[in-house]
Amino acid sequence: MLRYLKKYRMECICAPLFKMFEATLELFVPLVMASIIDRGIGAGNAGHIWRMCGVLVLLGIAGLAAAITAQYFAARSATGFAADVRHALFEKLAGLSFSDVDRLGTSAMITRMTSDVNQAQTGVNMVLRLVLRSPFVVFGAMVMAFTIDARIARIFAIVIVALMIVTYAIMALNIPMMRIVQRQLEKVLEATRENLTGARVIRAFRREDAEYAEFVSRNRTLTRLQLRAGRVSALLNPLTYVIINIAVIALVRQGAIRVDAGILTRGQVVALYNYMSQILVELIKFAGLTITINKAWASWKRVADVLAMEPAMADGPGAAPAADAPAVEFDHVSLTYPGAGNPSLMDICFTALRGQTVGIIGGTGAGKTSLASLIPRFYDVTEGSVRVFGADVRSYNQQALRQRVGFVMQKTVLFKGSIRDNLRWGLPEADDDALMAAANTAQAGEVVAFKGGLDGMIEQNGANLSGGQRQRLTVARALVRRPEILVLDDSASALDMVTDARLRAAIAGLDYNPTVFIISQRTASIMGADQILVLDDGRLVGKGTHSELMERCPVYKEIYDSQFGGGEVRTA
Amino acid sequence: MKKGLNPSSAGTLKKVLHRIGHYRWLVLVSLALAAGTVLLTLYVPILVGRAIDGIVDAGHVDFDRIFPILVRIGLCVALTGLGQWVMNAVNNRVTFDVVRDLREEALQHIENLPLSYIDSHPHGETVSRVIADADQFADGLLMGFTQLFTGVLTILVTLGFMFMKSWLIALVVVGVTPLSLFVARFIATRTYAMFRQQSETRGEQTAFIDERIGNLKVVKAYGREAAETERFDEINARLKTCSMRATFFSSITNPATRFVNSVVYALVALTGALSALAGHISVGGLTAFLAYANQYTKPFNEISGVVTELQNAIACAARLFELIEAPAQTPDAPGELTDVKGGVDWEDVCFSYVKDRPLIEHFNLSVNPGQRVAIVGPTGCGKTTLINLLMRFYDPDRGVIRVDGRDTLTLKRHSLRDAYGMVLQETWLKPGTIRENIAMGRPDATQEEIVAAAQAAHAHSFIMRLPEGYDTVIGEDGGMLSQGQKQLLCITRVMLLLPPMLILDEATSSIDTRTELRIQSAFARMMQGRTSFIVAHRLSTIREADVILVMRDGHIVEQGNHESLLARKGFYYELYTSQFEGVGSRE
Repeated sequence: MLRYLKKYRMECICAPLFKMFEATLELFVPLVMASIIDRGIGAGNAGHIWRMCGVLVLLGIAGLAAAITAQYFAARSATGFAADVRHALFEKLAGLSFSDVDRLGTSAMITRMTSDVNQAQTGVNMVLRLVLRSPFVVFGAMVMAFTIDARIARIFAIVIVALMIVTYAIMALNIPMMRIVQRQLEKVLEATRENLTGARVIRAFRREDAEYAEFVSRNRTLTRLQLRAGRVSALLNPLTYVIINIAVIALVRQGAIRVDAGILTRGQVVALYNYMSQILVELIKFAGLTITINKAWASWKRVADVLAMEPAMADGPGAAPAADAPAVEFDHVSLTYPGAGNPSLMDICFTALRGQTVGIIGGTGAGKTSLASLIPRFYDVTEGSVRVFGADVRSYNQQALRQRVGFVMQKTVLFKGSIRDNLRWGLPEADDDALMAAANTAQAGEVVAFKGGLDGMIEQNGANLSGGQRQRLTVARALVRRPEILVLDDSASALDMVTDARLRAAIAGLDYNPTVFIISQRTASIMGADQILVLDDGRLVGKGTHSELMERCPVYKEIYDSQFGGGEVRTA
Repeated sequence: MKKGLNPSSAGTLKKVLHRIGHYRWLVLVSLALAAGTVLLTLYVPILVGRAIDGIVDAGHVDFDRIFPILVRIGLCVALTGLGQWVMNAVNNRVTFDVVRDLREEALQHIENLPLSYIDSHPHGETVSRVIADADQFADGLLMGFTQLFTGVLTILVTLGFMFMKSWLIALVVVGVTPLSLFVARFIATRTYAMFRQQSETRGEQTAFIDERIGNLKVVKAYGREAAETERFDEINARLKTCSMRATFFSSITNPATRFVNSVVYALVALTGALSALAGHISVGGLTAFLAYANQYTKPFNEISGVVTELQNAIACAARLFELIEAPAQTPDAPGELTDVKGGVDWEDVCFSYVKDRPLIEHFNLSVNPGQRVAIVGPTGCGKTTLINLLMRFYDPDRGVIRVDGRDTLTLKRHSLRDAYGMVLQETWLKPGTIRENIAMGRPDATQEEIVAAAQAAHAHSFIMRLPEGYDTVIGEDGGMLSQGQKQLLCITRVMLLLPPMLILDEATSSIDTRTELRIQSAFARMMQGRTSFIVAHRLSTIREADVILVMRDGHIVEQGNHESLLARKGFYYELYTSQFEGVGSRE
């Protein structure tokens, strides 16, 4: 945390400093009052009263100036800190590897960047503004009391210790209780969600009453826990009040004895009483703050965890691809995702020559996407090696490697902005002709025309396009960079048969002759490939052309038959 | 302060008060305690003032007067402490109980909402009404309870005391304190625009983060890390500037009101001390006054905070009531189905989701017990609409659907749904064990029955491979199970019940064809001798069906058996032959 505050060292020191100055001024007020009582009223000096009240107003003005300065510095460092942390987070997240991204999860990353950083910002602001002020006033009041009368001031010392113990004990009891409440609230939330997402099933199985009963029981547990936690936290204010006022009683009693003995004046007793009141006010403020600070600290810890992450993948030194090497080679490749028990790919070997079309087919979860993800090194192999143009992918600079690959993912993602902006992700310097050429190859020319040309706007997540339109635009985006290797991961699933066939024909006719990988569930989409890889449960169970596989590979034949054979046809 | 309440929030307030009404005795206790503690709290400074009047100077201290006063202070303080604690506990009880009641009311209502509501409102939004809004409402209510009443009371009582003691000083206080309110309001209105700009920029940044971080893999695949960071920084810099402005200017409020308060304090000191000189007031009285001057201004600041908080709470409550008051489904009719044969008749049924876009029009169909009905058509053509009507998730706009000759509208929904076993394409599993999920329709089923059902559905072997077998706990949305496994569990669920009629959504695009074959055989076993409605994808199922309904764009365009439909050379013929053309062009 200090690392990000360092830039604002001056502000971070000045803010509390000015706050303390303001607090010091406040501490003089009871002394001025004592003087009014003793030398003004006691001695019947009206001029003195006027002067002293003038001093009070001056103290107020000076305090105002000091406080505003402090607020300025606090706001500057808190907002600057938050902006720096957000930048660092974004950079950190952008540098993470795919497996890190999987592990963290999207919603967690977004929460870190938004609400957690905001909480931390509020926390920094509050700490600079108030947290130093309250203890300073409390201890300052005690010090002032000592300057008036050391013996009575001992009451102050005892009160402060007692209050610290009480506050700490209640917090220590209450924070774990609040955590339990929070967890129970999540259970209530889960039950609520269930009743919406599962409405059809719940009603079909007549489970409404059972579900309601479960909700009620979770909800009642929540209420019970809330009440239990509430009873403890409700102690804080009354206890503080009682302790302070017991101290006031002790103070007046001691004060009376010492005034009688001529050691103290009446005005000084009043001043001591005022100091006690100041302590009470500050403590109540402080108690409210500790909750905010607790929250901010928890948020910051979550942010710090992300900032401390080391990307799981290091860049290679930069490889020199060989001119005559095959495009992609898999050499006994196995892949186990971090945290997964079983390997997703086992002992995969194959070679794809330049310009070849390779089809990849297999059941759900067979490892098709995993295999393709290894080519641009989205993940690192657990065993074996992947070579692209003769060089191990781990020896490439990651960006340079990915520059050669056009990877069209299964999930179609487009960003808010014009079609031109989106397509230029493929190649930032591409001109309109190049963009349109790529779009036409991807059968997306009509989509662009339909949206009013390259300036047509795409909404967030491509919401104003159909699934098939999005798919074609993502293919176009990959083609803009004229990739040497093109991967289409189930990228035609939303296209009708005719468009699908036209798309494949157009890609086959590209003048720069890329090596193409086509992943598909449909046998029809890959039947024409130079080489077909058949995956089953992470293993490569077949490799060859369509007719070879129909003879030799039972899994392939089974897949084919389930789609075409035995007169069965999918109508959907 | 009242002007924030428009008629609709007044209505909400009335509903809230109605719910609080169940706890009226507790509320009365709370109010009584609040009044008591406020009075005692304000009495203490007076007592202290009197004690100080007993202290004059060396040798002139009236101990006989001071000590009894100190004992009285002690008693007051002890009572106040106790009263505050009990009051807090009572307030907690009322608030948490009211929120608990509201949540239960909301959930009970959700069980009774028509599916049209659930389908047309994002689930996240409804959840946030039941959870987050209810919570915010509780916070606001609690704060209102504890602070609004005591705040107002403190101001009134303090004023009373002050006027009793010295009308002159009281006038000074009353005259100057509103200044702090004006200052606070002045700053709040000036900073409102800044806060709005801040939240707009924040929204812009969140949208950017949502897109880029949500699709980080695409960003990385295209090597856009640096370019996107640059765009992020541009928004970030703007956010920093307006966030700085909003934070700073709004934080002036506190020092400013504090300054006004210290001016009040100085004026009280001045008038008080001069009055004391003139003998109108004692030094102890002045001390009490100064304590009041501090105490009096505080509730003003608090109350303005409470009012915003309460307005927010009312807004949250209104959102919750919107859910609770959404029209429920039509009440259940009393009829019961017994010994179901499985005949289903549709007579002139009309239905549409949106009033002016008719979907199913004048549809007639008669299904004999044990018949198989296949529903075919392109994806998204509204096949599920028929399922919705059969299960009475939705009711037809016109016409009658009969089961064994009885109008389904005259039956209890439970009784009707009991007659069907349903497996939907979109599998839903409850967080819990595999066993609980299978036994959903029959919680009393024995282990043997469950295993038998799982074996029949080809689910037993994969269940046994799970770490804890049938006791494996699956998370929300099935957790680690694959789509195919989830569907097998849903089939097992129906296998256990073996109801007289079936509704099956045959396959999904995300299941590979080999798993599909396995599921297929499980379906075939179940359908024997039962009236079944199948959303069919495979030709074998379609061919064997007694009736085929062909749907297109939500309409039933053709109906008949395989041969008669082919002979008609209509849409069915087109669907059927296009498949073979598709195959042919690839050879």
